[in-house]
Amino acid sequence: MKIVTAIIRPHALEVVRSALQEAGVNGMTVGEVRGFGRQKGHPALYRGAEYNIAFQPKIQLELAVDDSQVDEVTEIIATQARTGQVGDGKIFVASLDSVIRIRTGETGVEAI
Amino acid sequence: MDTMVIEVSYALDTFYFLMCTALVMWMAAGFAMLESGLVRSKNTVEILNKNALLYGVACIVYLLVGYNVMYPGDPVSSVIPGIDFLLGSDNSVEAVTAGGEGAPYYSSMADFIFQAVFAAATMSIVSGAVAERMRLWPFLIFAIFMVGFIYPVEGYWKWGGGFLDQLGFQDFAGSVVVHMAGAAAALAAVLIIGPRKGKYGKNGEVNAIPGANLPMATLGMFILWMGWFGFNGGSELKIANVDEANAVAKIFVNTNAAAAAGMVAAALLSRLMFGKTDLTMTINGALAGLVAITAEPLMPSAGVASLIGLVGGLVVVLSVVGLDKLKIDDPVGAISVHGTAGIWGIFAVLFTNPAATFTGQLIGTLATFAWMFGASFIVLLVINKIIKLRVSEEEEMEGMDINECGMTAYPEFTPEK
Repeated sequence: MKIVTAIIRPHALEVVRSALQEAGVNGMTVGEVRGFGRQKGHPALYRGAEYNIAFQPKIQLELAVDDSQVDEVTEIIATQARTGQVGDGKIFVASLDSVIRIRTGETGVEAI
Repeated sequence: MDTMVIEVSYALDTFYFLMCTALVMWMAAGFAMLESGLVRSKNTVEILNKNALLYGVACIVYLLVGYNVMYPGDPVSSVIPGIDFLLGSDNSVEAVTAGGEGAPYYSSMADFIFQAVFAAATMSIVSGAVAERMRLWPFLIFAIFMVGFIYPVEGYWKWGGGFLDQLGFQDFAGSVVVHMAGAAAALAAVLIIGPRKGKYGKNGEVNAIPGANLPMATLGMFILWMGWFGFNGGSELKIANVDEANAVAKIFVNTNAAAAAGMVAAALLSRLMFGKTDLTMTINGALAGLVAITAEPLMPSAGVASLIGLVGGLVVVLSVVGLDKLKIDDPVGAISVHGTAGIWGIFAVLFTNPAATFTGQLIGTLATFAWMFGASFIVLLVINKIIKLRVSEEEEMEGMDINECGMTAYPEFTPEK
């Protein structure tokens, strides 16, 4: 099992979600986060004074998937969230030791 | 004239005056929204408290003594007004229906309440400039002196029939008497308390401190704009005949035209200077147009009124940037909007009102500035000696809301700064 963590543009969330659902993904967790990458924020203006918005608003989505699904899922996120401009985000994949469904006590792939 | 006609006309003029009063009173809401929108969320409750309480203090003090200082029954001289308290009785039916030149044509109570909301507006100008760092109660103590004494003395010089009025100083609804006067007091306060922490860097850089809620600031602009119809329109003091009704309508047209032109001009200049259309400049531009036309909203044609507003809108953008260069920190631009645009407005009268003279306008502006700035500076210094005007550095970083008011504006959101 793997945990896929993707940082994407807020406006990309809807297309990513629907594409993942079509591919059979059963659930995901989404949060509003802020961060910066190589671009290091961007300048803004207020009353004639420039200032830097260091942290950009992003969406972080997390989903646990079976090993067999990992390539498909990351491919979907990468294509759907891509604009080609700086700031498209990143996908992290890490191995997942265990999963437990709280309601039933199921574990492992059954619980995903 | 028929007694019945006189009575109806008295009733109409009074009614119109009271409606204008309600509009000007509503400007308190405009200032509250504008100022709370342009400060950070950690200072929202405090600035709202200031706006609410300064209105209350101003009304109490102006009723108690301010009105009588500004319009003394028996002035000491053309510079020193008299002192008296509370209000006299209203006009009798006999005095009104006697007719003729000297007969009162609207309720003197209506006159008081109209003047009272003007006094409150003058004080509202100060609260924006000192936002985010001047403590609440020292500010309210200053409001007592400002509305009870400092502003009424200067108001007496012009509108109470004092020496500036005798000199031929022309200021219809108060570009200088109200707006620049408020800005001069604000400048004195800002110079004493200093800029917000972090506003100006060591190497002379100007740091932006963006306001928390620009929708609210924009609402504030529109409320002030609406209130201004009462501010300028009411200052005609009369509506109940064809000429006066036309005059009031023209003032509405000119007031609106100046605001519209000032707003667009400021937005365009902001776009040219900064490459972006800064909403806070758009807002300040509309208000600067309004302040500029206030000195003479009746004489100019709508086209000329637009030009006066337009220049006001340009002047305010340059003034905001210029004051920052001088390290005079004014979070909402009150000194630029009411002071700089007010001075432009008072000299623009020279182009439209033949009764105005350069000397008259100059002396009026200088005398008003010197008094408002000087008297405010001294009173504020004394208050500062007894109780500090400014919050401590820690309190400032943590926010005025928790320290002064014990609450936050949006307790269900996590504060980020």
